[in-house]
Amino acid sequence: MTDTAANDGFVVFDRVQKSYDGENLVVKDLNLSVARGEFLTMLGPSGSGKTTCLMMLAGFETATHGDILLGGKPINNIPPHKRGIGMVFQNYALFPHMTIAENLSFPLEVRKMGKSEREAKVKRALDMVEMGAFGGRRPSQLSGGQQQRVALARALVFEPELVLMDEPLGALDKQLREKMQFEITHLAHSLGITTVYVTHDQTEALTMSDNVAVFDDGRIQQLAPPADLYEKPQNSFVAQFIGENNTLEGVVTEIKGDTCIVRLDDGEILDATPINVSKVGERTKVSIRPERVEYNKDRLQEGAHTLKAEVLEFIYMGDIFRTRLRVAGNDEFVIKTRNAPDVDRLVPGQQIEIGWLPSDCRALDA
Amino acid sequence: MSGLPPYASTGQRVWYYTFRVICGLIFFFLIAPIVVVIPLSFNAQDFFTFTPEMLRLDPEGFSLKHYRDFFTDSGWQAALWNSVRIAPVATILSVSLGTLAAIGLSQDHVPARRAIMAILISPMIVPLIISAAGMYFFFSRIGLQGSYWGVVLAHAALGIPFVIITVTATLVGFDRSLTRAAANMGADPVTTFFRVQMPLILPGVISGALFAFITSFDEVVVVLFVGSAGQKTLPWQMFLGLREQISPTILAVATILVVVSIALLTTVELLRRRSERLRGMSPS
Repeated sequence: MTDTAANDGFVVFDRVQKSYDGENLVVKDLNLSVARGEFLTMLGPSGSGKTTCLMMLAGFETATHGDILLGGKPINNIPPHKRGIGMVFQNYALFPHMTIAENLSFPLEVRKMGKSEREAKVKRALDMVEMGAFGGRRPSQLSGGQQQRVALARALVFEPELVLMDEPLGALDKQLREKMQFEITHLAHSLGITTVYVTHDQTEALTMSDNVAVFDDGRIQQLAPPADLYEKPQNSFVAQFIGENNTLEGVVTEIKGDTCIVRLDDGEILDATPINVSKVGERTKVSIRPERVEYNKDRLQEGAHTLKAEVLEFIYMGDIFRTRLRVAGNDEFVIKTRNAPDVDRLVPGQQIEIGWLPSDCRALDA
Repeated sequence: MSGLPPYASTGQRVWYYTFRVICGLIFFFLIAPIVVVIPLSFNAQDFFTFTPEMLRLDPEGFSLKHYRDFFTDSGWQAALWNSVRIAPVATILSVSLGTLAAIGLSQDHVPARRAIMAILISPMIVPLIISAAGMYFFFSRIGLQGSYWGVVLAHAALGIPFVIITVTATLVGFDRSLTRAAANMGADPVTTFFRVQMPLILPGVISGALFAFITSFDEVVVVLFVGSAGQKTLPWQMFLGLREQISPTILAVATILVVVSIALLTTVELLRRRSERLRGMSPS
C-alpha cells in the first residue's frame, strides 16, 4: 500500500532501502513524496523504520539502495552539514556549555554571518517561541518545555526550508505536549516550512499533520490525511494502530460491487464494505470503530445491520461511556457513547442489540 | 557517635572503631614518607636526619640552603631545564594522540576496538624496565637513542594510556546527538570537534594531560635507557644524587615536586567538579 513517489515533491524517497547488517532490511522499498510547505508525520511502532528514514533524510544514515531527493536533487552524497536541514532532536541536544543565545547563534556563526545580523536573528527566533528573556541562561536552568522551545528556535533560526523533528514532545507532560503540538503546527504553517515529524503517538500525528505516513515492518502501510487514516484505514494494521478498533473475524462469502457479505466465525452474517479483500472464500478482519456502533433502537439508521450483544463492563469516563460487550464470540468489543442526558447507561449482564451501517464496517485483510 | 545507630550491637561498635583505625593506619602508611621528607628538606645540616635543633623547633636548625643549592647548582638547573623541555612536549604529544585514539575507539564501527585499546594501554601494564629495554634497542636502530626526541617520544608513549583512559571515561557520558545537532546546523566535523565535543570532554583531556605530564616529569627508568647525558632529567639527577653525593638537596627537590603535584591534582579536582556540573546540565 505505498503511493508511487511523484517526482515533483520537495522531499522524495525513491525506492529507498536500508539495511544495517546487509541481511535484514529495516526499510523496505520506501516511496514517499512530501510537497513544499507540507507537514508530514511518520507514525509507527518502534522498529518500524520511521526514525531510520528521518536519519537518512538528515544524512546520519546512508540509504543502502534508492535515492533521496531534496528540491529535485539527490542528496545521498551530501554530508549532513551541507544539507541545510533543521532538526529538533528527541532529547533536544542543546549544547550544555553554551548559553541559549550562543546555542542559537551557533548555526549562524558556522555560516559566517556578521555579528549584528546574528544577534537580530537570534532575538527574532527566541521571541518567536516566547523565550526572548532567556538568552543568557544555560540549558540546565530551563524546564523541559522551555528547552523544547529553544530546540525548536535553534532548528528554525537559520531559516531552513525543511525541518525534521524526532519525537520532540516525548519528554513533556500531557498538558504541555498538547500546547506544544498546537504551537509547532502553527509555527510550521505560518513560516511555510516543510516539516517531517516522527512520532509513535497517534494523537500527535492526527492533530498536527497534513498527511500521515503509517509505518510498519519497514514499509508505509498507508499515507493519507488524518481523517482518511482514521475513517478509511486501508488495511487491518492501520485500523488497529490508529484509534480504537473492533475486529470481528470471518470469511468473505460474496462480493458485489461496493459491498460484501462476511460469515463470521460463529456463523453470523454481516454486510461490510470490501477494502482489501478480493475474492470469495478469503479470510477477513472486519473493522468497526467503537463510536460508530449504536444500541438505541430509535437511533439506528435505515439499512443498519444489527447483532445481538451482551454487556460485560460499563466504564464511566466523564465525557463518554465506554462499554465492553461480547459480540459474535468476541469479548473485547468496545463501544463508546457520548454522555448525553438521553443516553441509557448499560448494566453488565444486559442483553442488547447493536447495529451499524455497512459503510462503517470495513472488511480488511486477515 | 553520630555514625552509630542506637541499636548497634557490640560487634558493630567494635568494628566501627577498628575500621577507623585501619583507615588511619593506611593513610599514615601512604603519607608518612612525604611528611618526613618535607621538614627534613629545611635541615640546616647536610644530613638526612632530624637534628636536635630541629626537634626543639629552634629556628637555628632550619634553613633554605638546600633550596638555594638547587636553584644555583648548574647540574640541578640543567636537569630542571631538561625536564621542563621534555615533559610539556611529551604531554602535548600524549594528549593529541591519546584524545584522538579515545574518540576513534569510542565509535561503534571501529573493528577490533578492544585489541587496539589493549595495545595502546600496554605501556601502563608492561613492566617499565621491559618497555625501556625495548625502546632502547628500537631507538638505537633508528638513531633516536640518546636524542631529545627519543626521550620525548618514549615519554609520550608512556603518557598516552592515561589520556586514553581519562578521555574514554568522559566520552562515555557524551551525548552523540550533540555532534549530530552540530552537523545538522551546518558545522563541518572539524568545527564540531573544537566547538562542541572538545569543550565538553575538556576535563577528561586535562586530567589525562596532568597524568601524562607527571609521568614524564617523574620518570627515571626509560630516560636512563633512552636518554644520554644531554637529556639528564630531574628524576635522573635525583637518582644520581642518591647514589653519589647523598645531599639533602634531593629532599628540597622532592618537596618542590610534591608541591607541584598537589597543585596539579587540585586543578584536576576543580576540573572534575566543573565537568560534573556540566554533565548535570545536559538533558538526559
